[in-house]
Amino acid sequence: MMEQWSSHLIILPILLPLLCGALLILFNRRAFSLRFGLSAVSITVQFFVALCLLQLIEKDHWSGGIGVYLAANWVAPFGIALVADRLAVLMLLLTSVLGLGAIWYSWVRWGRVGVHYFSLFQFLLMGLNGAFLTGDLFNLFVFFEVMLAASYGLVLHGYNSNRVRAGMQFIVVNLLCSSLFLIGIALIYAATGTLNMADIAARTAQLELADRQLLHVATAILAVTFLTKSAIWPLSFWLPTTYSAASPPVAAMLVLVTKVGIYTVLRLWSLVFSSDAGGSAGFGSTAMLWGGAITIGFGLIGMFASQEPGRLASYSAIISSGTLLAVISYGQAALTSAALFYLLSSTLAVAAFMLLIELIERIRNPAAAMLALTMEAFAMEDEPTESAGVPIPGALAFLGLAFAGCSLLMAGMPPLSGFIAKFTIFHALLTEHAETSLGYAGWGLMALIVISGLASVIALMRFGVRTFWAAPVVKAPHLQITEAAPIFALLLICVIFTVQAGPLKRYLDRTATALHEPHHYIQQVLAQPAVSSKGETP
Amino acid sequence: MEAVLAISIGVLFGSGVWLVLRPRTFQVITGLLLLSYAVNLFIFLMGRAKLNQTPITLTDNIDPAQYADPLPQALVLTAIVIGFASTALYLVVLLASRGLTGTDHVDGKEPTP
Repeated sequence: MMEQWSSHLIILPILLPLLCGALLILFNRRAFSLRFGLSAVSITVQFFVALCLLQLIEKDHWSGGIGVYLAANWVAPFGIALVADRLAVLMLLLTSVLGLGAIWYSWVRWGRVGVHYFSLFQFLLMGLNGAFLTGDLFNLFVFFEVMLAASYGLVLHGYNSNRVRAGMQFIVVNLLCSSLFLIGIALIYAATGTLNMADIAARTAQLELADRQLLHVATAILAVTFLTKSAIWPLSFWLPTTYSAASPPVAAMLVLVTKVGIYTVLRLWSLVFSSDAGGSAGFGSTAMLWGGAITIGFGLIGMFASQEPGRLASYSAIISSGTLLAVISYGQAALTSAALFYLLSSTLAVAAFMLLIELIERIRNPAAAMLALTMEAFAMEDEPTESAGVPIPGALAFLGLAFAGCSLLMAGMPPLSGFIAKFTIFHALLTEHAETSLGYAGWGLMALIVISGLASVIALMRFGVRTFWAAPVVKAPHLQITEAAPIFALLLICVIFTVQAGPLKRYLDRTATALHEPHHYIQQVLAQPAVSSKGETP
Repeated sequence: MEAVLAISIGVLFGSGVWLVLRPRTFQVITGLLLLSYAVNLFIFLMGRAKLNQTPITLTDNIDPAQYADPLPQALVLTAIVIGFASTALYLVVLLASRGLTGTDHVDGKEPTP
């Protein structure tokens, strides 16, 4: 009986937002508190479900920490299997934390404009959770579409011509990607005769040459889809326009949507092209390394070039995608674990920054900002008109500190978790290649990561100085506690990551080790027996 | 039969790509539709083209080579539904953009000559 219930927990992160989203459609617009409360409760429950799954995995409830749920009781290669392993649960936790932050932030304003905001938000969470949990390629496509359909609606949220234009391009890019996704899936089916990820991985080693080549073509086409989602150069031009046009809570969630692409690449690549894969082992790692490195370079130039905070955050997200892809491409457990730490820290930081932007915009008087820019361009001294010693209002102090925190995290400067993440990446790169040479690519990657951090510092500080220190620009902002609290909470989590880096890193080490030993995953999924008895619980 | 299917998929895909790259939203949506037709046919073909054969049924002692593969058919159905819904959504956004900006150019403004 207990076994039954714990395995049903795995499907809950998908069912819960689905039901809650459907329920929320029924309430009319006046019942705002009710709709807000329901969605907040739903996300909180998702958070606790993810925590339970984490507990079950860590307590070795399932062998090897991999829980398998067979939907409709069909055994694995035939039916759809949901798989909760360490990586999936980690992503579930990240999703619910970010979701809570974003929904909390929308209490003041964004939840009140437009219709069906909360429903769409729940469907977005459903798509995200599903994409993290599923063990079937076609099912992954379906959850991607659920996620994207919700995000189309959310990008348009707070309807203006700017958002409609950005949304239109976002939709076209993603519809094209979906076509490529389907072609990739069809080719994989033609090559291996299965769509279950574990089954594909199990069959890869024995494929004949013709089928193997077909599988490589298929994965390359699939990779184009995932890399477009994660904004790898040259597939990243849609991102800055969309992210800077979307409303703040939506932009914060979209930061996570980019990470889904990286997650899928990591999952599929470590499963199908692991060292057990015979002739296919490590297929495409060079392309991933170079793609990631060029993306860091592109993001770096973009950061220097942008003035608007929205675009700064977008290019920061691009840099973080590039770093992740390049680091993952080494296919070594120590590096993957470092990359996961970086993923957690950078996602939270960029999301918090997306929320912060709107509050910062409030203290910038556009005309005065323009004046400050002109004065800077013509190198005019700005005379201090007021005497020194004006007390800093609390709201302004909060904004300044939060901005500094976000900047430190995004740039990877000490003392916050961004620095620890980059440090572990470098450490892993050097220790894993202690005997063999790191090569030009490795040193180049390290140099790029350092330079990208420097670029972020310069770009963000330039923006910060113009905003907070330019005398004629600043006016005391009106802040509500519900707007400031989620940003504070997200940054606080990053501080906790910094303080508790040891236990977190050990968990991530276990995650990465399990990822790079996929035979256990494959065996666990394919050997999961169907529930036999007819009379008992379903 | 493979040749006919392959050529028609190629023609549909090629026209779709060309139309998607055009500057007017109506051309883009027509291109997306053609692309999704091509992709659906492609999925269908990946289950190997077979003429006049029933999908596998649950009886014992059958030779699977004598039957058509039912899985791609299920995939195509799902893909059609999802593609149809997203295209409809795009149509709504297209009309909204036309109403807000007064032009059907994908950039939301007429190019200056």
